[in-house]
Amino acid sequence: MINRLCLLVGVLVFLLPQVSFSAQKITEYMLINGLQLVVIEDHRTPAVLQMLWYRVGGSDGPPGKSGLAHYVEHLMFKGTERFGPKVYTRTVENLGGYDNAFTSYDYTAYIQRIAADHLETIMELEADRMTGLLLSEEDIETERSVVLEERSLRTDTNPSALLNEQMNAALYLNHPYSLPVIGWRHEIEQLSREDIFDFYHHHYAPNNAVLIIAGDVDPAEVFRLANKHYGKIPRKSDIFPRSRPADPPHIASRRLVFKDERVANPYLLRNYLATERNPGSQRKAASLVLLAALLANDGVNSYLKRKLETEQKIALYTDAYYSSTTLDKRSFGVIVMPTDPTKMQEAEVALDEAIEEFLKDGVDAGQLDRIKKAVHAEWIYEQDSVQSVAQRIGQELIVGLTLKDIAEWPDILQSITPTEILDTATELFQLKNSVTGWVVKEEAQS
Amino acid sequence: MIHKIVMSILLTLALPTTGYGLEIQEVTSPDGIKAWLVEDHSIPFTALEIEFNGGAALEELDNFGAAYFLVGMFEEGAGDLDAAAFQRRQQELAADYSFNAYQESLTVSVKFLTENKDESINLLRLALERPRFDQDRMELVRNQILAVLARRQNDLDDIASDRINELSYGNHPFGRPLEGTIETVQSLTREDLEEFRQQALTRGGIIVAAAGDITAAELGKLLDNLFAGLPITTPEPVVEPDYLLDGGITVIEYPSPQSTVFFKHKGILRDDPDFLTAYVMNEILGSGSYSSRLKEEVREKRGLTYGIASYIGAYSNSGFLSGRFATDNNSVVEAIEIVKSEWQRLAEEGVTETELNQVKTYLIGAYPLRFDGNSRIASILAGMQSDRLPVSYVRNRNSYVDALTVEDINRVATRLLHPDELHFVVVGQPKGLN
Repeated sequence: MINRLCLLVGVLVFLLPQVSFSAQKITEYMLINGLQLVVIEDHRTPAVLQMLWYRVGGSDGPPGKSGLAHYVEHLMFKGTERFGPKVYTRTVENLGGYDNAFTSYDYTAYIQRIAADHLETIMELEADRMTGLLLSEEDIETERSVVLEERSLRTDTNPSALLNEQMNAALYLNHPYSLPVIGWRHEIEQLSREDIFDFYHHHYAPNNAVLIIAGDVDPAEVFRLANKHYGKIPRKSDIFPRSRPADPPHIASRRLVFKDERVANPYLLRNYLATERNPGSQRKAASLVLLAALLANDGVNSYLKRKLETEQKIALYTDAYYSSTTLDKRSFGVIVMPTDPTKMQEAEVALDEAIEEFLKDGVDAGQLDRIKKAVHAEWIYEQDSVQSVAQRIGQELIVGLTLKDIAEWPDILQSITPTEILDTATELFQLKNSVTGWVVKEEAQS
Repeated sequence: MIHKIVMSILLTLALPTTGYGLEIQEVTSPDGIKAWLVEDHSIPFTALEIEFNGGAALEELDNFGAAYFLVGMFEEGAGDLDAAAFQRRQQELAADYSFNAYQESLTVSVKFLTENKDESINLLRLALERPRFDQDRMELVRNQILAVLARRQNDLDDIASDRINELSYGNHPFGRPLEGTIETVQSLTREDLEEFRQQALTRGGIIVAAAGDITAAELGKLLDNLFAGLPITTPEPVVEPDYLLDGGITVIEYPSPQSTVFFKHKGILRDDPDFLTAYVMNEILGSGSYSSRLKEEVREKRGLTYGIASYIGAYSNSGFLSGRFATDNNSVVEAIEIVKSEWQRLAEEGVTETELNQVKTYLIGAYPLRFDGNSRIASILAGMQSDRLPVSYVRNRNSYVDALTVEDINRVATRLLHPDELHFVVVGQPKGLN
């Protein structure tokens, strides 16, 4: 059921409560040049995963140059001075490996998975492209075209993605989370070779990265290899903790209506500015994770689904989502797809009333206990995939959480009280901190 | 200077590797149900993969969509438990069930904790045997499916995929979408779903694979319990379809800056002796996860797409080669020409020794890395049984790949690739096509 419903709206992944530490053994090192190395041992499969995470993402570019971090990520596969053009993916493939990369608001990450005995080769390649990027004019132009095709594919052909882009732009008054990671089309078209290399030279450095090596490896040997290949890259002195323009207090709620003839099922979306996990301070974020579960990620027993789908039958589908692991304040969102597409206003009123009632009714302690059990079980199931564990830990570290914070997170989730959730919810659900978006069908003009 | 922190050693100790040394047990339960098992006790849970032999292709004209609707009802209450009680129970057990409908099977993917093994299976049994089909839950799910159908008519990929299936197989079940039509979904009753359930959920031809914290004896007992209430019948085999699609281009006008293109022609069956050769040939031609020729020509050299891939696929009685990409409306004609010319180049000139060696080292190196975790292993083992491969295939597969020669690939390329037979379905506003 969950898969189908996500498909319905086509937004965001279904966010399971974040759970933490696996039974995999974790060892942390710091190289002398400032590269943080984390080794996650898992000896069940003779494979190794290398993930190099840079502390730079779509929200860290210069003004007017949205999409730069993502464009650079694409170009990183074009070749280096030492190995020449195009060897990168081919070399990994010839060893039976897989490689990829991804960019988000807060990070850019490169990933390879390969037989464990080839670890040194992929370390050598990844270390080399931290400093040796080589780009021809043709590379830059061809890849720009690929990126524009990607933007068309992911965003411009998808009304839900277009709405999300507009919602983000409206939610933040000053913070660059307002910009799409892939970039605005008119700015992608203008990014220059100089922009690319300025960005690359400024942000790609060992003291601006976290290296995660996960799989069938020996930590001491990984440390030796990391020193050999990454250790010789000099640190950069002009890397500072990230500090982005911050929003002033929000004093006015915002609304937008997006009309598109390609909309099949109108729905409404409300995003509230929400606090994130911070080092030493994760209780509010943990409360929000559990709040999302209580409201809509608990099947038919979720508060909003019960009220709006089962009892009032005004909604065909409801959801709530929250991303806890970000550098700065992100959002807590709720979605309602009305059963009758002409009743958007009624659905929004019903949503507001349901939230009010939730704040009055308080948290069902039995439901909270069950949700906590499910969170705990997810922790066990997650261990089955060392890639999932590595991905999660990478994301946690790159936004500044420590291994200590990460280790404490599951216990924090288990220790959250109904009162804390209610207090956090009361603080969260203020219209002045929100954007409400409607996506409706525009009748085609004949 | 260098400091080192060793964190939490709450580890489960390393156990025998399940990678390439994968040890697959063929289990037969006391009641005669066969299953494949990989034991791995390092994490206290088991992944179980079940494939029932009857899928959407069993549907008749008046109950299209019954399979899809049915799997949507399995977590909506069973026996004495209404939907809310069922889901509470499932959550208390932390059991994870995922039900899916396909043309030739209904599948259940299960994860359960060792401590809740028996209760998790009892609850699943209840769901499979005695779904309630309560009216209010049925109406909600029905409306959700109708919303999915509406969305499919506005999604470029779905529009293309539905049309190419319809053009390939016409009125045969393979030609229609799993979700049914607006009319049939509106008219399906609980009796229709129950009738379909009885027809599709049977023990005949069932496929089972398990991986994780369970022994062969425990698995046998578990399966006998799980399937005890199901009939021993086998669903009717699917009638062999005619492959109706000729070469050409079909354009479906849709407002969009970019067009989605699906392409397809007839292929070979899974048990054809050339299947593995064809698979390797396609890796060179169009694999999406490898530096294939199509990716090189369309994306890397010309920047015409974010992704392009071709696939070799087969139902039990009809095989096909297909592929897809999306490109700006202005470059659709150019990209289609490239696909056709790459098809032709491979058919006529074949592959080089270097290309074959490269793809071999890639495939051979990547194969053992697949067996990564209980869920992945259970899913692969079910897939192998569905493809009628023996247990020994895991051990021998790389030697089969290694033995392929340039002549093998080129012979199969000539046999399989027919550029004139390729049919392209284009959804968007492509320039230069009508």
